[in-house]
Amino acid sequence: MTDDFVIDVAAMTKQFDGHKVVDNVDLQVHAGEICGFLGPNGSGKTTFIRMLCGLLRPDAGSGTCLGYDVINESEAIKRNVGYMTQRFSLYEDLTISENLDFVARMYSVRDRRRAVRDSLDRLGLSQRSRQLAGELSGGWKQRLALAACLIHQPKLLLLDEPTAGVDPQARREFWDQIHELAGQGLTFLISTHYMDEAERCHRLAYILNGVLLAHGTTGEIISETKLTTWEARGPDLLEIAKKLRINEGVEQAVHFGNLLHVSGADSQALEKAIEPYRTGLHRWRQIAPGLEDVFIHLMKNSKEKTSQ
Amino acid sequence: MISRAAGKRPRFSLARFWAVVFKEFVQMRRDRLTFGMTIGIPLLQLILFGYAINVDPKHLAAAVLLADNGPQGRTLLYSIQNCSYLDLVRRVNSESEANQLLERGDVQFVINIPVNFTHDLLRGDRPSILLEADATDPAATSNAIGALRTLLNSALQNDLKGPFAFLAGAEGPVDLRVHARYNPEAITYYNIVPGLMGVVLQMTMTVITGLAITRELERGTMETLLAMPTRPIEVMTGKIIPYILLGYIQVILILSVAYFLFHVPIAGSLWLLFAVALIFIIATLAVGITFSTLAQNQLQAVQMGYFFFLPSILLSGFMFPFRGMPQWAQWVGEVLPLTHFLRIARGILIKGNGLRQIIPQLWPIVLFIVFAMTVAVKRYRRTLD
Ligand SMILES: Nc1ncnc2c1ncn2[C@@H]1O[C@H](COP(=O)(O)OP(=O)(O)O)[C@@H](O)[C@H]1O
Ligand SMILES: [Mg+2]
Repeated sequence: MTDDFVIDVAAMTKQFDGHKVVDNVDLQVHAGEICGFLGPNGSGKTTFIRMLCGLLRPDAGSGTCLGYDVINESEAIKRNVGYMTQRFSLYEDLTISENLDFVARMYSVRDRRRAVRDSLDRLGLSQRSRQLAGELSGGWKQRLALAACLIHQPKLLLLDEPTAGVDPQARREFWDQIHELAGQGLTFLISTHYMDEAERCHRLAYILNGVLLAHGTTGEIISETKLTTWEARGPDLLEIAKKLRINEGVEQAVHFGNLLHVSGADSQALEKAIEPYRTGLHRWRQIAPGLEDVFIHLMKNSKEKTSQ
Repeated sequence: MISRAAGKRPRFSLARFWAVVFKEFVQMRRDRLTFGMTIGIPLLQLILFGYAINVDPKHLAAAVLLADNGPQGRTLLYSIQNCSYLDLVRRVNSESEANQLLERGDVQFVINIPVNFTHDLLRGDRPSILLEADATDPAATSNAIGALRTLLNSALQNDLKGPFAFLAGAEGPVDLRVHARYNPEAITYYNIVPGLMGVVLQMTMTVITGLAITRELERGTMETLLAMPTRPIEVMTGKIIPYILLGYIQVILILSVAYFLFHVPIAGSLWLLFAVALIFIIATLAVGITFSTLAQNQLQAVQMGYFFFLPSILLSGFMFPFRGMPQWAQWVGEVLPLTHFLRIARGILIKGNGLRQIIPQLWPIVLFIVFAMTVAVKRYRRTLD
């Protein structure tokens, strides 16, 4: 291999009932990278991840995962990948340690008992090891699921919305752990729709209706989108936002606390639109657009394209 | 690339097989309801059938067609009237009248005392008496037939004294011919226990394993299982093992209750029966596993289980005598593992059959297992598609 791509796939496509759920997606992820996989519900994230680890057969596309062919070598991929499903899918009628033990056996982990014990310790599950998985709260279930997909020491982790329904404290701890593991050389593909989590990733891929719309670092995506954003402070912002939204040059007018963010792709048209409100009453300044602004922009653009 | 993929294809792994076995065991232990059902169903069935086994039916309706005018004919009629097993409800005058009564179920027996009975008896010709029996309910018939046989001999014994004593002979003075209608094999009530064993195993094993894989689908754990590097055969066989043990618990339970509570004799080798039971249990489990790979959810798996159960119970010879069924039904019956297991179990328990006699019934079951497991492994999902 000339480069160190852990995931390197091209033109991945999957149809359900004639509907393209994943449409011609290319994706490259470097070793040791945390790649955030973003997109609204139903955009095809889970389907794409399932194709990577051999759970779904792609209708088209090719590439490698950990150097193994995604079409023909899914057995080898399965052995070296940790996959955390979107829905908790360990056995609720087994205890935490029984679940871990089962997973360890299935992957033929060497020195199984120690591996289970270590993983219980590492994740702070030791006290609860005899609790049934079904009785755990969301945060603990997530810890268990992560422990289970780490136990065979995979090189790549595919985590599908791992933090959905988990409280902020647990989410923060979870991400700290992800970064620590990435520091040890593990590669991550993590799907999410939390923007704050997106910002904790090295790189992002944004998928919408099965189409990959953006790919790169946060900075790259923001600068490539060429979106201009102005921030306003002052009275009557609610009224102003309503009026601005009708304007051609304004794509978004979003409230952030006492502030209003107004964005548009055409910077001149945008400036023209806000011109009437740039009186002494309001303080306007141009700011860098946020990720969320960018994604909403991408979403609106793609809608316009499809409706044309 | 391709050759490496082929080379790395994992072979059957004992470790993964045991992983599945352990997991299923723990899950089975936690699933109290299912466990209770597998114990409760055979007990309940046995108790219910047990009452049928235990009854010693008396006062069964009978009709007499007395064509003889001699004194011995009347002696017979008189003693039949006094027999507690039979209730003489009618005297009929013709065959057709007798037939009608039997067909309608008005009487369960027609005793046919032929013309010249007295004459032939005294000449030493050993006249025959025809007993036409509605043998649909074998438990009822066999007792009555036995009673009639003793009755015939003892009733005539008094008349055949003195110079006629030689007529009583070793074989008895008359020849009782039993014509068992509707149930020519004359299945005795002991037949129920071996039959019940097969039926209970089939009923519980098929449904429980039918749930085994659909449950994984419904609970979403299938995704975890599929994301692991396993072979379908490891999962299938691993899932079967714990239920084999459960099946044995049922076998032992049924045999113990039958033997100690209902005093059903066990003529053949128990070890042989246990060995053959294993093959039958595997067959029922294979069916269950196959169903669960075909069904979308647990409800469908249960429905398929019952769909299979119905012909099994009707066409295997459990409910109706096998040879009495129409040809097509016999063909269907020959395919079903239960049919063969019933014959084997009856052979061992009642007739004391050994391995040699049961071999012809054994290989159809084995064939069935191979077929069912092939379908199961072929149909087992390797992906979520
Ligand atoms: N097995 C399936 N059969 C049919 N449609 C499916 C299946 N799985 C997913 N879909 C559809 O594919 C689309 C993408 O789903 P998914 O990959 O789960 O999106 P995401 O994970 O981004 O929310 C949805 O519209 C969903 O209804
Ligand atoms: Mg999803």
